[in-house]
This record gives sequence, C-alpha cells and structure tokens, in this order.
Amino acid sequence: MSVTEILFWFLSVLALGSAIMVVASKSPVHSILFLILTFFAISGHYILLNAQFLAIVNIIVYAGAIMVLFLFVVMLMNLNAESEPPQKNKYLLYGGTIAGASLLLVLVAALKQSATGGGMIETNNGSTGLIENLGKLLFTDYVFPFEISSVLFLSAMIGAVVISKREG
Amino acid sequence: MPVNYYIFLALALFCIGVIGVLTRRNAIIIFMCIELMLNAANLLLVAFSKLQTQTSNLATAGSDAQIFVFFIMVVAAAEVSVGLAIIVMMYRNTHSVDVNFLNRLKN
Repeated sequence: MSVTEILFWFLSVLALGSAIMVVASKSPVHSILFLILTFFAISGHYILLNAQFLAIVNIIVYAGAIMVLFLFVVMLMNLNAESEPPQKNKYLLYGGTIAGASLLLVLVAALKQSATGGGMIETNNGSTGLIENLGKLLFTDYVFPFEISSVLFLSAMIGAVVISKREG
Repeated sequence: MPVNYYIFLALALFCIGVIGVLTRRNAIIIFMCIELMLNAANLLLVAFSKLQTQTSNLATAGSDAQIFVFFIMVVAAAEVSVGLAIIVMMYRNTHSVDVNFLNRLKN
C-alpha cells in the first residue's frame, strides 16, 4: 500500500465520518465545525488529484468565508443544543434515512453494472490544475463569465442588504 | 486510484446530504447539507477532469471542468449570502429556525 493510497483512505474516512457527524450532531456549532473538517478533507483530495488551485480556493472560500458566515449567523441567533427544534415525527426520521440509503444503494448498484468506470487516476502528476494554467485560461477564454460573476456578486450583495433591511 | 472509488465517495457524501435535508428541521443545517451536496459534485468533476487529462493528448484537456468547479464555488458563495439573509429575516419574524413554521405562506 503506497503513501497516496493510505492518504486517500484516510481522507475518505475523515470526509465521510465528519459528514455523518454534520447530520447527526445536536448542536449547530458542532455541525458547522464538522462541515469545516469535511471541506478540509475534500481539499486534501483535490491536492491528491493535483488540483492545487481548487484546493486553495476551497479552503479560502468555503472553509474560510462561507463557514465563518454560518458560524456568525448561528452565534448571532444564540443557537445551541437546547434551542434545536426536535424532530417529533419519528416516521419522517426513519423514512428520510431509508430513502437516502436506498438512493445510495440504487446509484452504487447502477454504477457497478455500467462499463464506464474502468479508468485509473494517476495521483500526484499532471499540470492541469496548477494556478498558471487555470489563471491563463480564466483570463483568456473564460474572461466573459468571470466578469459576469462580478455582476452576480453585486446583485447578491444588494439582495442580501435589501432582504435584511426590510422591516417586518 | 480507480475512478470508481471517487465516484462512490462522492455518491456517499451526496446521499448523506440528502438524508440531512430530509430528516433535520433546523434551516441552517438543511442549508449546510446543500453545501455538502455541492461539494460532492465538485469532487466528482475534479476526478473526471483528471481522468480526461490522462486519456486525451491535448495539453489543456480537463481544464474546463476545473474552471467549472471554480464557477460553482462563486455561485455558491453568492447563494449563501442571500440564503443566510433570508434565514436571519425568518428568525426575526418567527423567533425560530424551524422550517415547519414555514408550512403556510400567509401571515
């Protein structure tokens, strides 16, 4: 077993375990912290796939900006395990879990039968995901969507301000 | 690593997100589960981009998928800011983050 295989299994177990804890933990703050751990594990997978640009962007944007925003909102509302709305309908709890597990089972079974998934991914090589290549591509071929995304951010900012300013 | 492993990992993360959306009642946790599903899709896109880089002999093969993942992250950031503003306003009106309070749209 090589080092990359050990790292792959370690990061997969970390991502899946903390993703389960996001759903299972009572306190919203613990959920957010486990979600940050999941994002770090996914960033580790990006590094194994040699997509360094996306790994860094994932850490900065997701684990850095978005999750701090979530944490800020949860602490603003002073939510904890006591104020958590309980799931009173037990059938919904079991039904939702069984439905999600069945979805996983069906998708895995379908992919096991398909002939597409025979490729091997060589980790730790290739230069596609480096900042040099992606930056060049982003400012030549994809410069128009890049500029449009700034308009999207502006409208999202104005929308968030308008929604939270409105007096009920 | 066979690409199958990455597919199964992304599927498991996605289904955990689905279970969270279906079973939890806290609006913020439902929102976080949606982020988890977006990240599962991103992981799958990066894995397939890597596969395309190896099988194609073009120099820039597979770059498109990584640019696509970058734009998914951009849209997710905008979505989170608006969604959290909506949740904050809902909390101000009902003093709860329980989504079952929103089962009727009037009042």
